[in-house]
Amino acid sequence: MKYIDEYRDARLARTLAAEIARQVTRPWVLMEICGGQTHTLMRYGIDELLPARIELVHGPGCPVCVTALETIDQAIQLASRPDVTLVSYGDMLRVPGSHSDLFQVKAGGGDVRVVYSPVDALKVARKHPERHVVFFAIGFETTAPANAMAVWQARREGLTNFSMLVSQVLVPPAIRLLLGSPATRVQGFIAPGHVCTVMGYREYEELSREFRVPIVVGGFEPLDLLEAISMLVAQLEAGRAEVENQYVRSVCYAGNLPAQRIMAEVFEVCDRKWRGVGSIPASGLRLRPEFAGHDAEKVFELSDVAVDEPPECISAQVLQGLKKPLDCPAFARTCTPENPLGAPMVSAEGACAAYYQYRRHTVKV
Amino acid sequence: MCLAVPGKILEVEERDGSRIARVQFGGITRPAYLEFVPNAAVGDYVMVDVGFALSRVNAEEAARTYELLEEMGLLESEGLGPASRTDPGGGAA
Repeated sequence: MKYIDEYRDARLARTLAAEIARQVTRPWVLMEICGGQTHTLMRYGIDELLPARIELVHGPGCPVCVTALETIDQAIQLASRPDVTLVSYGDMLRVPGSHSDLFQVKAGGGDVRVVYSPVDALKVARKHPERHVVFFAIGFETTAPANAMAVWQARREGLTNFSMLVSQVLVPPAIRLLLGSPATRVQGFIAPGHVCTVMGYREYEELSREFRVPIVVGGFEPLDLLEAISMLVAQLEAGRAEVENQYVRSVCYAGNLPAQRIMAEVFEVCDRKWRGVGSIPASGLRLRPEFAGHDAEKVFELSDVAVDEPPECISAQVLQGLKKPLDCPAFARTCTPENPLGAPMVSAEGACAAYYQYRRHTVKV
Repeated sequence: MCLAVPGKILEVEERDGSRIARVQFGGITRPAYLEFVPNAAVGDYVMVDVGFALSRVNAEEAARTYELLEEMGLLESEGLGPASRTDPGGGAA
């Protein structure tokens, strides 16, 4: 496929890795934020291609993984109601709540449906006026414009049986939290290319200046990531801390303005709890009061009850780049994609799932 | 969920005030809303995520990036035997 295959050229990948090895004079710790990038790194063995002095740690950029346990429980509560059809992206179904998951609710007769786009959830609501259709709207800035458009459209059409359980999160506040932590080892960031396609990279300039850290906006194919790593290493070796854009074929400085407009019209910034991380100020989006009639939390008067994670799951440290999945005693033993203890083992963007798929041969079970 | 995929716009239609494209991803085609890329037209490549195009792929930038990478590869392979040319995939798509 065009714009994919040419960025998977093995010969160029080896060349870029050799080029990085030539530049490196000391150890550097780099973090990719986005779970999609984590999967590319593992799938193509890029971590193994790089010189040993470059360490990659994996960030919290997995929307399924950081959706708060309380919110999963709310979704389960809604899906269990006889009058509700809960519509979700497929990844959410196996994510463990405190006692159950959406898949079990579905197996027990709950009306849970999987869609590819929020527009499909609208179609379900139009087709079933007798049901209340709740779309589980999760994701980073990438899904926010599409989710905003669905709510906007529902209001325009007067679809009173459509609402959203919103758990939208924002990347820059999470980077700020990681960089502000005394435990952080990260010296350079690969910023998520598709989030920046929507938002541009102005916000990352502030972070780079404030924390004197280089940030490179990176794409998702192996050569994109190798080039982004090479750009970060060049900055670090030269003592520079700037924002650069590797993913120029999709990202421009200001981002996508029509997408940002609909987001601002429908959502407002709020504090948000991240699973495994805790509450991060101004790190989420919620529906504006004008859209209260489409806000599932208000429509169903959902309560927010704090619940505990299973103690053996170390996903909190994994999501903050403090530990790797292979450091977890439960990895591939009591925690597998079929029976996950934590969300990172479930999602296609979760770090534990990436290691399970591509690195579990390195673990003696 | 944050993985937008590049696809080629095969046709565009107006429906209820929205522009919807039929987009080809390798062997399959899927609809995508063009609300956020009002200038995208038939023949353009767009990055699509959850049913919406988020950007129009900048063909010139893509070609330039790839040429730089290629150049690096060719320089590297000097003395290591002839490198196989690959199509940079740029041009007027």
